Amino acid sequence: MKATEIMIRYGELSTKGKNRRIFINRLAYNVKQSLHAYPNVKVRADRDRMHLILNGEDDRLVMEQLKPIFGIQSFSPVVRIEKDTELICQTAVEMVKDIWKPGKTFKVQSRRSDKEFIWDSKDINKEVGAAIFHGIEGIEVKMIQPDIRMEVEVRNEAAYLSCETIYGAAGLPVGSSGKGMLMLSGGIDSPVAGYLAMKRGVEIEAVHFYSPPYTSEQSLNKAKDLAVKLTPYVGQIQFITVPFTEIQEEIKRGIPQGYWMTVTRRFMLRLTDKIREKHQGLAIVNGESLGQVASQTMHSMLAINDVTTTPIIRPVITMDKSEIIEIAEKIDTFTLATQPFEDCCTIFAPPEPKTKPKVDKVRKYEERLDIEGLVERAIEGIIVEEVKSSDSFLQTSTQEMDDLF
Amino acid sequence: MIYFDNSATTMIHPQVLDTYNKVSQRFMGNPSSLHRLGQQSSVLLEKSRVQIADILGVESSEIFFTSGGTEGNNWVLKGTAIEKRSFGNHIIVSSVEHPSVSNTAKQLEELGFKVSFCPVDRNGMIDCHDLKKLITEETILVSTVVVNSEVGMVQRIKEISTLLENYPSIHYHVDAVQAITKLSVDKFLTPRVDFMTCSAHKFQGPRGIGFVYWRSGAKLSPLLTGGGQEHNKRSGTENTPAIVAMAKAIRIATDDQEMKEQKIRHLKNALATGLQQYEHVTIFSSLDDESSAPHILTFGLKKVRGEVLVHAFEDKDIYISTTSACSSRQKTDSSTLHAMGVTHHFAETAVRISLNHQNTIAEVEQFLVIFNQLYNKFSKIYS
Repeated sequence: MKATEIMIRYGELSTKGKNRRIFINRLAYNVKQSLHAYPNVKVRADRDRMHLILNGEDDRLVMEQLKPIFGIQSFSPVVRIEKDTELICQTAVEMVKDIWKPGKTFKVQSRRSDKEFIWDSKDINKEVGAAIFHGIEGIEVKMIQPDIRMEVEVRNEAAYLSCETIYGAAGLPVGSSGKGMLMLSGGIDSPVAGYLAMKRGVEIEAVHFYSPPYTSEQSLNKAKDLAVKLTPYVGQIQFITVPFTEIQEEIKRGIPQGYWMTVTRRFMLRLTDKIREKHQGLAIVNGESLGQVASQTMHSMLAINDVTTTPIIRPVITMDKSEIIEIAEKIDTFTLATQPFEDCCTIFAPPEPKTKPKVDKVRKYEERLDIEGLVERAIEGIIVEEVKSSDSFLQTSTQEMDDLF
Repeated sequence: MIYFDNSATTMIHPQVLDTYNKVSQRFMGNPSSLHRLGQQSSVLLEKSRVQIADILGVESSEIFFTSGGTEGNNWVLKGTAIEKRSFGNHIIVSSVEHPSVSNTAKQLEELGFKVSFCPVDRNGMIDCHDLKKLITEETILVSTVVVNSEVGMVQRIKEISTLLENYPSIHYHVDAVQAITKLSVDKFLTPRVDFMTCSAHKFQGPRGIGFVYWRSGAKLSPLLTGGGQEHNKRSGTENTPAIVAMAKAIRIATDDQEMKEQKIRHLKNALATGLQQYEHVTIFSSLDDESSAPHILTFGLKKVRGEVLVHAFEDKDIYISTTSACSSRQKTDSSTLHAMGVTHHFAETAVRISLNHQNTIAEVEQFLVIFNQLYNKFSKIYS
């Protein structure tokens, strides 16, 4: 039975009071974005539910698109029919038949907002239930925890039937919490951090530091491909490449080895914050995880964070590596992230970075550098690109390669 | 031309050749190189591995590229001997193996290993009871062919696997060179099989390339040491064009595999029916679907040496073979037929027809017409 519309139930919006409309509108916008390939689908966002009128588009394909969208608690394919008792029964039987397997139980759950309708909700339960019971041999009724819940809703304009509920990605609609700048390296943690921030409604722009010729074009393309992996949740992502070579060379020239890493990070944070300001972001998101590397001790973070008061969201801060990897595998960034290319963090990694750098010392060392000039020149050189879900950077010749097989 | 010698080698598939050319020219980097060209080649290599693994239903980490069946068989036998010599020095191979197995076993024998050649019955089949009797505490390897290249019988790999379940420390190797793409994989790649060897030129891939399926957990010493390619197990710069072409060839060959198998079997049965009409023809291959390969039919014409028949057909632009291309230039008769108890007198008449799915019933009919002429020509020797 082909559904005529998809009904979407919202996530945790019931608590949002007057801001509710903002969340719903944002979700409707995100849903429309992700369904750009299905122009016939009409989106109607009501207070409690969102309805996608399919107008002939394939319900399964449309539902596939809905799965990664944050802010959707669950959704159901719905069949809209005339309010005819016989037709309701007959359609209900067909729909249950489609998904029923021997041994599975069912119940009918109905609602009637059209008080003129000949049956009240009890009647609907009874009549539709009887029709299904007689129409499918071997099916059994179960009131508590049935396998199939046939929902019948009779409204003024029509009757709506559905018997399948698919869980969505939950969370908040991306963008409803504002914009954050994701510091995206080529590693495992930062894409996971980006994903988790998006789940809480943060719209992401990716900032990547690029140090040619010390780091290769492949490492840049790898970061872009990682950003591509995050696009299903939003549609597209701004990818910002920051030229970082001069800064790294200057650090190496002027700063004691033990502090290279601390100063490098402080520059990254300064630059990201500058870009955030320009792009009207509200926070910085990164993949720092406590105790993982020298820059991720609390002492280090204190010294690095010294350059800004902007909120920094660190979604994976308390996670174990294995927990992060689990998410990375789920969102399909793990394999890509473990491809071996040098990135700007590894190329000038000092042999013995300080795990307890001192803030006053860092400040003193940095006086040797022309901080403003370096930051300014880097900001002048940034490149902003938009990455879309169909993009592939690391394998420019993917299609050509695939054709070989 | 009628080409009925597909067990010797096949014609490379045009699309496979196209892939070979493109990879040679467009993706020429050494997969071990760090630059982009190297990276691209290395991606192609891994894609090939995944494609082959997916078709076999195994993990891509269990596929190792080799130069073909002979290397694969040498590797598994010698690699096991080196790896496990502290556990035992006894190896069992069947008496109907390809020379790349049997001669390797003999070489190991000269090096001090004990080798048992498991006998077969008159149909060429290994008997599990016989095999069991040969197993000792010293046994480290059992190697059996899946489809015999000379006569085409299909060994009962599942039964042998069940027997070997009780001997988990013995490596079990199957030579699937003639079986892969001809029979469904689950007929011979059982969970007990530790190693399986395959070669691309038998399924319209390029020559000089093949692979070994190596069940994860099993241990094998490398034969080729060097740059550490193939996870340090088989050094040597990878033959990327041939590997990608092989991955494509196996994909093409296994598309509609069941249908192709049926078609080939139909051709084989038509040939057999035609040949059985003649009083002086002996068919050595089984026609039973379970115990015989679909593509191999071996027969002999009484008192006519196989070689004579091969050349008589050749004059008519029809290409068949004496029992195997590898041994046909030697003056000995088929070792398989010998193992099956066929007398020398009969065995020296044997010729092999080996088919692929591109052969047609018209070719079979044409073959039978020519055979009829040859039969009549040779008939005077029977009187």
